[in-house]
Amino acid sequence: MANSLLAVSDLEIKAGAATIVDKVSFELAPGRVLGLIGESGAGKSTIGLAALGYGRHGVRITGGSVMLDGHDILQLGQAKARHLRGAAVTYVAQSAAAAFNPAHRLIDQVVEASVWHGLMSKPEAVARAKALFSMLGLPDPEHFGERYPHQVSGGQLQRAMTAMALCPKPQLVVFDEPTTALDVTTQIEVLAAIKHAIATTHTAALYISHDLAVVAQIADEILVLRNGKMVEYGTSERLFTAPEEDYTRRLMSVQRGQKAAAFEPAESLLKVNNVEAGYGPDISVLDHVSVEVGAGETLAVVGESGSGKSTLARVLTGLLPARAGTVAFEGTTLAPSLAKRSRQQLRNMQMIHQMPDIALNPLQTVGTIIGRPLDFYFGLNAQEKSKRVAELLDQIELPATMLDRYPGQLSGGQKQRVCIARALAANPRLIICDEPTSALDPLVAEGILALLMQIQRDTGTSYLFITHDIAIVRAIADTVAVMHRGQVVRYGPKAEVMAPPFDAYTAKLLDSVPEMQLGWLDGVLERRAAKH
Amino acid sequence: MTDKPVAASMNGDPAPRLRRPRSCGLVCMLVRRTLAGLVVLWAISALIFAGTQILPGDVATAMLGQQATPEAVAAIRKQLDLEAPPVMRYVSWLGGVLHGDLGQSTSNRQDIAASIAPRLSNTLMLAGLAAAISVPLALLLGAISARFAGSPADRTINVVTLGAISLPEFFAGYLLIAYFSVTLGWFPSGSTVSANMDLLSRLSAMALPTATLVIAVLGHMMRMTRAALLSVMSAPYIETAELKGLSPWRVIWKHALPNALSPIINVVALNMAYLVVGVVVVEVIFVYPGMGQYMVDHVAKRDVPVVQACGLIFAAVYILLNLIADLASVIANPRLRHPR
Amino acid sequence: MSRTFRPYLLVTFAFLVLAVFVFIAIFAPWIAPHQVSDVVGGVWEAPSATALLGTDNLGRDLLSRIIWGARITLAVAALATLIAFVAGVSLGLLAAMKRGWVDQALSRGNDLLMAIPTLIFALVVLAVLPKNIVVLVFVMAALDATRVFRVSRAVAADIAVLDYVEVARMRGEGWGWIMLREILPNAAAPLLAEFGMRFAFAVLFLSTLSFLGLGIQPPVADWGSLVKENKDGLLFGIFAALIPGGAIVLLAISVNVIVDWILSRAARLRGELANG
Repeated sequence: MANSLLAVSDLEIKAGAATIVDKVSFELAPGRVLGLIGESGAGKSTIGLAALGYGRHGVRITGGSVMLDGHDILQLGQAKARHLRGAAVTYVAQSAAAAFNPAHRLIDQVVEASVWHGLMSKPEAVARAKALFSMLGLPDPEHFGERYPHQVSGGQLQRAMTAMALCPKPQLVVFDEPTTALDVTTQIEVLAAIKHAIATTHTAALYISHDLAVVAQIADEILVLRNGKMVEYGTSERLFTAPEEDYTRRLMSVQRGQKAAAFEPAESLLKVNNVEAGYGPDISVLDHVSVEVGAGETLAVVGESGSGKSTLARVLTGLLPARAGTVAFEGTTLAPSLAKRSRQQLRNMQMIHQMPDIALNPLQTVGTIIGRPLDFYFGLNAQEKSKRVAELLDQIELPATMLDRYPGQLSGGQKQRVCIARALAANPRLIICDEPTSALDPLVAEGILALLMQIQRDTGTSYLFITHDIAIVRAIADTVAVMHRGQVVRYGPKAEVMAPPFDAYTAKLLDSVPEMQLGWLDGVLERRAAKH
Repeated sequence: MTDKPVAASMNGDPAPRLRRPRSCGLVCMLVRRTLAGLVVLWAISALIFAGTQILPGDVATAMLGQQATPEAVAAIRKQLDLEAPPVMRYVSWLGGVLHGDLGQSTSNRQDIAASIAPRLSNTLMLAGLAAAISVPLALLLGAISARFAGSPADRTINVVTLGAISLPEFFAGYLLIAYFSVTLGWFPSGSTVSANMDLLSRLSAMALPTATLVIAVLGHMMRMTRAALLSVMSAPYIETAELKGLSPWRVIWKHALPNALSPIINVVALNMAYLVVGVVVVEVIFVYPGMGQYMVDHVAKRDVPVVQACGLIFAAVYILLNLIADLASVIANPRLRHPR
Repeated sequence: MSRTFRPYLLVTFAFLVLAVFVFIAIFAPWIAPHQVSDVVGGVWEAPSATALLGTDNLGRDLLSRIIWGARITLAVAALATLIAFVAGVSLGLLAAMKRGWVDQALSRGNDLLMAIPTLIFALVVLAVLPKNIVVLVFVMAALDATRVFRVSRAVAADIAVLDYVEVARMRGEGWGWIMLREILPNAAAPLLAEFGMRFAFAVLFLSTLSFLGLGIQPPVADWGSLVKENKDGLLFGIFAALIPGGAIVLLAISVNVIVDWILSRAARLRGELANG
């Protein structure tokens, strides 16, 4: 392509001896958007930074070329590469909260590159920044920049970072997972703002994400990466209508199934009644929360960060004693504090955490970790114990060779399976799952969810499943509680909760979840505009 | 890997919230910390008093030794007013201290405040001189070491400072004496200074003690500076600045330094506090007429009022330096300077 | 090649020095050519067959005194550090796990003690207490324990909030299990490094006190007192004081090098686990 703005060919990048990017080639025409998609370890961020001629510490670009507007940015040398960096190509980081310097006002940081590279005078740059603030839908664009990074919200910071990237009128912007750290309802706003801004300024963009549904809304072309290698590359339309590779198809079909509604209401296992809780005397996080979990059923608790859903889990387990209200299990009211509950009560309620990395003691083997509840609750002898541990390993689909491994030697998905086995070892009637898949890659998460469903069918364990992901709710829930600012705003059987008429918050929440189809974002925005 | 999606728990909340007392502005926070510092100082005065008065073993017996006659012990007890209840004695002692009356030495009956005054100024001069040399030097070396982290220069500095940290002040001092004073004869080995000395000979007398103190703090200060700078340089906003195509010099000056300021101020203040202690040993080595030598002398003589007075002054200077470090790092922290 | 080689050489050397010193300390009665107080010649004589390192300020064999001094120095420093660790670590873990008023009381009290510089505190206390080794060990241990408390509390508090500790608590495990099986093993590397650092500090601190005449009392001598005894010879060009001083430095440097190595090794292992 003669008129390509960015042409990457046979790019090879190494970290130590490992090849993290292997012979990757793609091209990008002016004003177009290319989505780079892949799981963690796919090398997407490394490629994004290479487009700026930049390698992180310990990373070496060992082969290939990155032609930007006819110059190979890798051959320019540091000084000349710096002239392009921040002027012709700019970067939007995943966590704007960390990427902004806490010591300077936003406006000074936003205009810094434009003024430094001599692209415009300071007043011109400030005027452009204010115009961009307004274009990106930031409140009070005239004075927004006078604030410091810690004084504005995460969604606003991400937009400010986009303004910072667009300010020097670059030809290319690299977006590195700009919405991953945001709540869904915020994500859709930021995504719409970014899409509007790059379309208005005719800037080309590399959009990096692990979420195909998000990339589909913004990219003209998509490059699928896996373990540093190219899997599939084509226009978004072609990829969505006729994916050639199996891996691409699997990424797209993470659309999970729907759990069928239960026939009749099950007997009540856990009953939460009017619970109030919080940290310290003044800060209230839960406000009159009442929910119920039936035997063998799954209650999904959905909400965004700060909604109080994790606090609810802490109250149920007794880690955070409730200030008021009761928690009843099998008809018996539980003591608010963990220390006052019986061993039997503790055994019956187990928990699976969000981050398997810190939920397993790094100095205990898998065998020790799974075996301890067996010792502790049942006092099994060595023979019975090793038999039961083997059964549990089998149940979580890990080979017996894993027994002597330490958590550091397992993958994220394997670690989460060990956490599940540890919970199962107690033969609990209820397992509280606190976002057990949100730290995992989509395909791995899918496997974990399938395992949890299988276990429920086999053992009749109930789940209280905390999540922010509506697709998971559809897949696993019998009943659903939607939480917002510490209150349950909607509660009932899944079919009722997910069907209209909605309350305002639930409608917005459901509406904001990216769907795996092209043009979804435009559709939502049109609908929202029509309402006003 | 670098491109792993962050955990969903970090979902788009406002920038990390800082735990701090409710609705307390910068000034209020400074006042609060200062008050806390004063409370600590008061508690320390009580502790030092209690340490010397209520500990097992009678002070009078301790002063005179086990073989003392009962009459002598009784006389000392009377002189020290040991018959009064401890709390009363503490109140009257503290009252005296607040009026600048540090009491009387039991060994030579001199007024303690009058003996301390010239020695305190000598000590402050020695510590001040050492600080004036070591602070810029440590910051410079620390910056060089951080800028070229991992290079031979950095590794050499690392090994040398590790050695300096392991060097007790008295060994460093005697090495300097052995070489510069005995072998070369450049500087005097003892550092007797008096008020009527001219500046040059005074500086010459102070050269070796100052050098010893500089060696004592330089290693620590340089290593802490290096660590503080490296931690700032690895922050994501430094990468943002680099990706703006700024020059390395501007990245350091404009983006790293403002954030490194508060940790560096902390490092300097902590080492100044360390200097206060190091000065005691150095004064003994060089027979330098300062507070430290005075205190050590009277510890050997078990002259309790002098030890109390010197202990309190040293502790007060130490607490004051720590308080300054604390206040400075509050002021240098933009999150605290511009509350939400 | 030389990048990895040199640090290893240094660490090996440090371990060797430590081993030699410990050996000398243990077998002092068999190694030392003379009794500690035997006068074998004139004052500050040059090295000879009877006194390999020369004689000291009273005509005693310097080498023998250094060998006996190694015993005192290492034993007192090790004992003080050990006591400081038992007290500091157990209180630190307790504070980190119990939180609430226990933590508040222990931590604030500790802050108060730490607000006085170590040497000044020791001087004040030693002005009153009898001068003997038991008192010395306990004063050193008490002062060190405050530092150990702060470090172990911080390390344990970081671990105590991790999910695996929470899991153990929810299982209903007792304090003993959580402390010994979940927290302590994961705190081992930083605490081991801290132990080394505190030990090196104890050696320097003991030497300093003895040098000031407030530590080990004659006729027994540690390395610090040997420096004090022989310091006046320096003015006559007799460098006897520098030999025990050098021994202190060599020991302190070796321990610090080993600590550095433990810390960087732990950091590397953590990095590998995180990337693994």
